[in-house]
Amino acid sequence: MSDIPSDLKYVASHEWIRDEGDGVVTIGITDHAQDLLGDVVFVELPEVGAEFATGDDLGVVESVKAASDVYAPLSGEVIAINEELEDAPELVNSDPYGDGWFVQIRLSDESETDDLLDADGYAELCEAES
Amino acid sequence: MGQQTALYQKHLQMNAKLVDFGGWDMPINYGSQVEEHHKVRTDVGMFDVSHMTVVDVTGADAKEYLRYLLANDVIRLKERGKALYSGMLNETGGVVDDLIVYLMTDPDVAGEWFRVVVNCGTREKDLRWMADHTAGFDNVALTERPELAMVAIQGPNALARVISVVSESRGKLIENLKPFQGLESEGWFFARTGYTGEDGLEVMVPEEYVADFWQALADAGVAPCGLGARDTLRLEAGMNLYGSDMDEKISPLSANMGWTIAWEPADRDFVGRQALENQRSAGVKQKLVGLVLESRGVLRSHQKVMINGEEAGEITSGTFSPTLGCSIAMARVSAEIADTCHVDMRGKLVEVKVVKPSFVRNGAKVFS
Repeated sequence: MSDIPSDLKYVASHEWIRDEGDGVVTIGITDHAQDLLGDVVFVELPEVGAEFATGDDLGVVESVKAASDVYAPLSGEVIAINEELEDAPELVNSDPYGDGWFVQIRLSDESETDDLLDADGYAELCEAES
Repeated sequence: MGQQTALYQKHLQMNAKLVDFGGWDMPINYGSQVEEHHKVRTDVGMFDVSHMTVVDVTGADAKEYLRYLLANDVIRLKERGKALYSGMLNETGGVVDDLIVYLMTDPDVAGEWFRVVVNCGTREKDLRWMADHTAGFDNVALTERPELAMVAIQGPNALARVISVVSESRGKLIENLKPFQGLESEGWFFARTGYTGEDGLEVMVPEEYVADFWQALADAGVAPCGLGARDTLRLEAGMNLYGSDMDEKISPLSANMGWTIAWEPADRDFVGRQALENQRSAGVKQKLVGLVLESRGVLRSHQKVMINGEEAGEITSGTFSPTLGCSIAMARVSAEIADTCHVDMRGKLVEVKVVKPSFVRNGAKVFS
């Protein structure tokens, strides 16, 4: 069973969202997602300042197995990216909820967070997919 | 639930992630495919390859039968245990399967016989094909050996590590094995062959002993490795994968297997010979090359290869090379390809270098 921290929110496309306060969230991919992908070898992230609407392609994760799009779980502007991933993409596998984070976004519409899944909801979804 | 090898319980104990592979439940990795890959390049790893099909070919006509069945010529096997890589072709020159054949006795003696190892995914087709082509040979017997489990131990320290866990007499036999030679010792078969581009052994063991052998190797520090690492290792070594890099519609001449065709003696008839001769005189239009992507991204099978904006072939196998730190691929392309071309990678054209399809041997990069 994969690790699904209860203090985070989730979307069905296997990204997690951490509320940092002041309308800022951190985004990454879940333990379940990294496990499905296998060893991650490249991560392509957007530029700081780029704006995204919910569902837009935010980046690409390439693993030994496949290339996989990462979708913006919420609308907003990128204010930071995890530059460590350029040289150490394996952080996505070893610490998906910590050092393997992808981007920070300043939300343009905080009400969108009402649609996110909590840990139980995401666990059920993973269960249903397996 | 698929078929299980005699090592299935060991795989579960060692936290393997299992996938379906040709109807078998096989380990894809035991945690990290990339770490397993590095372990084989720098030390030693082991693979359960018990799903592969072993067929013994015996009888007074065994040699003449194989000389007809295979594009390579078993007459080249001049010493007990020597191994030969060959394609088994159909009448149109396509590849039914690729295989290894070992001479199990001294050459040219009464009772001379051979052992053939073919792919698991093609087992039924191959057995039927082999049986059908015994017609015309009075004395050939084909015996499948499903009771033999097989473990591949690969890497610079493979031989030493296996010697440390087997009996003294078996150790002596391993010490004296030449590359591409396999010999029997008290019911076990040790072959200095593999699918990784490293030194190593493929060991056939009666299945009741294989779990203890596997455990002894693990206790001696040999890392269990899955099919994931097996694929990145073989691709770095430039070794073909049946079904991806060639199949029944592809000529060995377009699959970097020209070296496995024994044209001489010219009067040896083998299945597919006429078709290959016709292809050779007409000129071969496509060849298998290696591609190297020096920028970021991973080449994947079926991506299109482009020359001057025109489609000129496609990738047959692509991956990230853990040893080189960049992506590599094999591609079947127009024979006129230059030393660079482009690949359509998810809608984006990226430039790649064209090299011979061999990237890493004995831990080191081989192309320039």
